[in-house]
Amino acid sequence: MFKKVMAGVLAAGLVGAAGTAYAGKDLDAIKARGQLLCGVSTGVAGFASADSQGKWTGIDVDVCRAVAAAIFGDADKVKFIPTTAQQRFTALQSGEVDLLVRTTTYTLTRDTALGFDFTGINYYDGQGFMVNKKLGVKSAKELNGATVCVQPGTTTELNLADYFRTNKMTFKPVVIEKIDEVRAAFFAGRCDVFTTDASGLYATRAANAPTPDDYIILPEIISKEPLGPVVRHGDNQFADIVRWAFYAMLEAEEYGITSKNVDEMLKSDNPAIKRILGVTPGMGKALGVDEKWVYNIIKQVGNYGEVFDRTVGAGSPLKIARGQNALWTQGGLQYAPPIR
Amino acid sequence: MTDAMPVGDRKPLPPPVDETGVVGWARKNLFSSWGNGITTIVLIAAVVWILNWFLEWALFTANFTATTGSECRGGGACWALIREKFRYIFFGSFPYQQHWRPLFAVITMLAMLVLSADRRMWNWRLLVIWGVGSFITFLLMFGQIHIPLSLILFVALAGGVIGLTLRSALAPSSERMAYYALIGIGVVGLALRIAGVLPKWSIAIAPLSYVETSLWGGLPVTLILATYGLAFAFPYGILLALGRRSNLPLIKGLCVGFIELIRGVPLISLLIMASVMLPLFLPSGTTIDKFLRAQVAVILFAGAYIAEVIRGGLQSLPKGQFEAADAMGLNYPQKTLLIILPQALRVVIPPLINTFIGFFKDTSLVLIIGIFDFLNTANQALVDPNWAGFPGEVYLFAAFVYFIFCFSMSRYSKYLEFELNKGTRR
Repeated sequence: MFKKVMAGVLAAGLVGAAGTAYAGKDLDAIKARGQLLCGVSTGVAGFASADSQGKWTGIDVDVCRAVAAAIFGDADKVKFIPTTAQQRFTALQSGEVDLLVRTTTYTLTRDTALGFDFTGINYYDGQGFMVNKKLGVKSAKELNGATVCVQPGTTTELNLADYFRTNKMTFKPVVIEKIDEVRAAFFAGRCDVFTTDASGLYATRAANAPTPDDYIILPEIISKEPLGPVVRHGDNQFADIVRWAFYAMLEAEEYGITSKNVDEMLKSDNPAIKRILGVTPGMGKALGVDEKWVYNIIKQVGNYGEVFDRTVGAGSPLKIARGQNALWTQGGLQYAPPIR
Repeated sequence: MTDAMPVGDRKPLPPPVDETGVVGWARKNLFSSWGNGITTIVLIAAVVWILNWFLEWALFTANFTATTGSECRGGGACWALIREKFRYIFFGSFPYQQHWRPLFAVITMLAMLVLSADRRMWNWRLLVIWGVGSFITFLLMFGQIHIPLSLILFVALAGGVIGLTLRSALAPSSERMAYYALIGIGVVGLALRIAGVLPKWSIAIAPLSYVETSLWGGLPVTLILATYGLAFAFPYGILLALGRRSNLPLIKGLCVGFIELIRGVPLISLLIMASVMLPLFLPSGTTIDKFLRAQVAVILFAGAYIAEVIRGGLQSLPKGQFEAADAMGLNYPQKTLLIILPQALRVVIPPLINTFIGFFKDTSLVLIIGIFDFLNTANQALVDPNWAGFPGEVYLFAAFVYFIFCFSMSRYSKYLEFELNKGTRR
């Protein structure tokens, strides 16, 4: 142990001495270590949670695995480091993690003043409304005069007030401090509407509703919470790999490449698919990784649609609709620049 | 003429039936007046009602066999969740096939604690028990241990110095020569090692695959943090307490300053410092193991509290004890170790155990820096979307395990108080 720590300290000293001029220092350290250190949350259903065998699963976890697959050709060469909300940015700044995929909202100050780069948006979240089906409400615009369960002092409460004011509606707030009690109050029928981030609404419905099918989440999303992977400033090559590992999952979905058919797709005549899967070489070299990088990601992790379905979508207990997270070709916001 | 029975031989009548046995006890204690009678009946009804409700939920309608969370829903308690998750709750993310390692580590630690609870072991045996026990525990948890040469040399040096101070006037000359030899080996070896003459060499004991601390979780983490936190905090606290009573202003000032600083802030802020601030002060790329950081924070924190408890014991000793020790020609370490501390520590056993129990539970605050102790792996079991929504069952289970540990500690404290105060009881 001591020896390993000392070796780590020495290696870190050497890397530090090499200076910031060397562009790929984070990537070099990751390769030398043979493992990607990925900061995830300490447990958010569908995004990052440990299963009964202690294995991490979730949509955030799969982004980490895709990056590992791109760098090492092996999605399992990643160590997940649970981080709390207070601790996550320090962990990234201090080098305790290489990459942070932790339901972190993409904002200007975080992207600039904290010294980070957001490399994309792997989940478009935003505040939504959940109601009992018995109300017969199909849209948030019909909620005039409703009682709304909400936590005090959060942006959620402010967004709620703004939304009702701009739509010239009134509501009666039921303000409760603790989230568990807010949920209990809603399912006990003390209020008509429960509002929080949409992913939280789906998780609540799956976990706490007496019968999940009795409740619907209304289609209106009233705030922007784009969640994405974050890296430190200073290693643009590593940031590129993280960015394109995620785009590759989107591109694969767009071209219909899945973990099941990826081997057949290698024989495809479509020049775009040939480029993506490295049959026509060049993309991997440009990115500084193996030419089969996308093949490895799709084979071992899957395309974005598969991942979404497995972790938070229809194939999971959360049953979150694709909504804004559908591909741009299907009316959503997920859009990847071309791999060429 | 009647045979008058002598007064002393008259047999006392037995007390009336309703004064003895269960009926008598109930009359006397439960139904002595109308008010008490009604209170008793209301309380019994309440207890029966709650017990009935609890048993209905926890046993009769409970689900023990479901394979997913949704099957569990609607009925009573979902104990199937515990059945599914207990290995994760106990051992966290430790590689699943190797769960026997943390299991045996926990057993070793418990055996170590139980053995050192026996007063007959309170001598050199204690060192052996802890040395062997700790070695086995960490070998099982890490899988590989590298003992560097410099550590061996340092231990030799420390052993020599400690032996010499404690036994200076008492030991035969051959023993003293051995201590000098140890110190010599230590100093020369370390000097050569630093100069680079001796190679960077270490004993590698590696029978198992290496598992890093970030994968540890559950009960072993709670036990290691609490056991070693307190094991190190105890001597450290004694030193602080002695330092606080020292006549040297610098030492006294440092000890008072440290104790007051630590006692003035909550443990959570210390952990946040260790996890959020400390890494920013270190050069970039350098990280200290998260688990080690938490362990050090717990030791510092517990040390300050234990110091104040022990200071109470020191102050309760009459001055005559100190003067008698001085009169016998004992030096300061001998006086402290042989005369003062044994008496002082005996006095403070109840508050010490109280501190221990508190810290056993406080270790769950390490969640704040993303370490998964027992309570936090239990929390994590709630997040799994397949099994979400049964907090009651999980928290009851966690509470039950904590209770077993804390209750046995408090029973032990009671036994110890009894044993150690035999001399003063009449």
